Amino acid sequence: MNYEDLLQIGPYELGEEEKDRIYGELLSRLTDRHRSRCELYDRVCNLLGDLPGTTRTVEEIPMTPVSLFKQADLCSVPAEEVFKTMTSSGTSGQKTSKIFLDQQTAAWQQRTLERIIRDFIGERRIPMLIVDSPNVLRDRNLFSARGAGILGFSIFGTKRRYALTADMELDYDAVLEFLETAAGGPVLVFGFTYIIWKHFYQALAALGKTLPLENGFLIHGGGWKKLQNEAVSADVFKKGLKNVCGISKVRNYYGMAEQTGCIYMECECGSLHVSSYSDVRIRNMEDFSCCKNGTEGVIQVLTPMAWSYPGHSILTEDKGTILGVDDCPCGRKGKYIKITGRIPKAEVRGCSDTYEE
Amino acid sequence: MSNLETYNKIFRSMFRKTDEELPALKYRGIALWDSIGHMDLMGELEEAFDIRIDTQDVLDFTSYEKGKEVLGRYGVVIE
Repeated sequence: MNYEDLLQIGPYELGEEEKDRIYGELLSRLTDRHRSRCELYDRVCNLLGDLPGTTRTVEEIPMTPVSLFKQADLCSVPAEEVFKTMTSSGTSGQKTSKIFLDQQTAAWQQRTLERIIRDFIGERRIPMLIVDSPNVLRDRNLFSARGAGILGFSIFGTKRRYALTADMELDYDAVLEFLETAAGGPVLVFGFTYIIWKHFYQALAALGKTLPLENGFLIHGGGWKKLQNEAVSADVFKKGLKNVCGISKVRNYYGMAEQTGCIYMECECGSLHVSSYSDVRIRNMEDFSCCKNGTEGVIQVLTPMAWSYPGHSILTEDKGTILGVDDCPCGRKGKYIKITGRIPKAEVRGCSDTYEE
Repeated sequence: MSNLETYNKIFRSMFRKTDEELPALKYRGIALWDSIGHMDLMGELEEAFDIRIDTQDVLDFTSYEKGKEVLGRYGVVIE
């Protein structure tokens, strides 16, 4: 079994017992691989008491704190095999995570995303409205998580149209024209939560105009932090968008630049689903033991996809709970989770957003 | 123009390569054929052959040669 085989399994059909067995084996091998190829990671593992060459349970796989990717270059492939370098943020003088991707890992990221999203929007590509400025992708060799998100989702779009200008202004007439060519058919709308609210919803509301997106499917990610500060809840977000463009399918996702592609999509019941391609543990903030389902703790994310850098087991700075396993009313198997906030004292970073006004 | 000529012409102009260099081209093998280049390539091919490539086939289109097989699934024979 390797990650390639895992990708052959449907995104929401792997039973938990089998998944634990597969993940224990794959992640143990991967830990040894990264230990032998990344000296710094090897030292971290020694500090954490990891025993090389053993088969660990999923819980025993050492956790790399997400902040380490900001402090050091962690890479497990020779420099000439690095195909792209991705950063978690770009503009504001905050420290950025650097993620080194080889061809294999980049390809897996895209295929992972495709497997997950297909379960929600189907396999046909549809016109895509990107709620952002085309400037996000200025440098194609070094792109931000925001750019990576847009690029990753672009595979689902036939025609693609950016909704915002370089100055982050809504280009209403161009968007309307684009939607008219889609002729009321399905449209994928993609963007970052805060940008959609600030530069799409609020811009439309201020103009007093609407857009015909009754058949749209809106996918947004990047964190709620900024909107929580403005007291905009998920419910307010959905209702607002419904008002200005008639859209009823509005889905959030959770994910991070350090494991791009392995996203946690919100289902029709409002839960974020863990796919076959990654796993989650909730860690107690005091002793880092695993929390029972329903108990809040720090989120650990794991995936055998992280081949070119040691990011297969990451302790995030987000808090959350596992709501249940295998029994979400939407019918998808596996764990489903809820994000509840960020741990105190974590370095403030807006998420992939890093978008500063 | 034959399908092969159209196919080659798109590859040559997008990736600035000669006919002789085309058979070795792979997705992510050269800087221009990255994910941005890939989606542009899909758009060009869809327009030229009047087809719509499904998402999975977009990702299955991993090289110049493999692309011929993918287009075959849409009734576009490249030979």
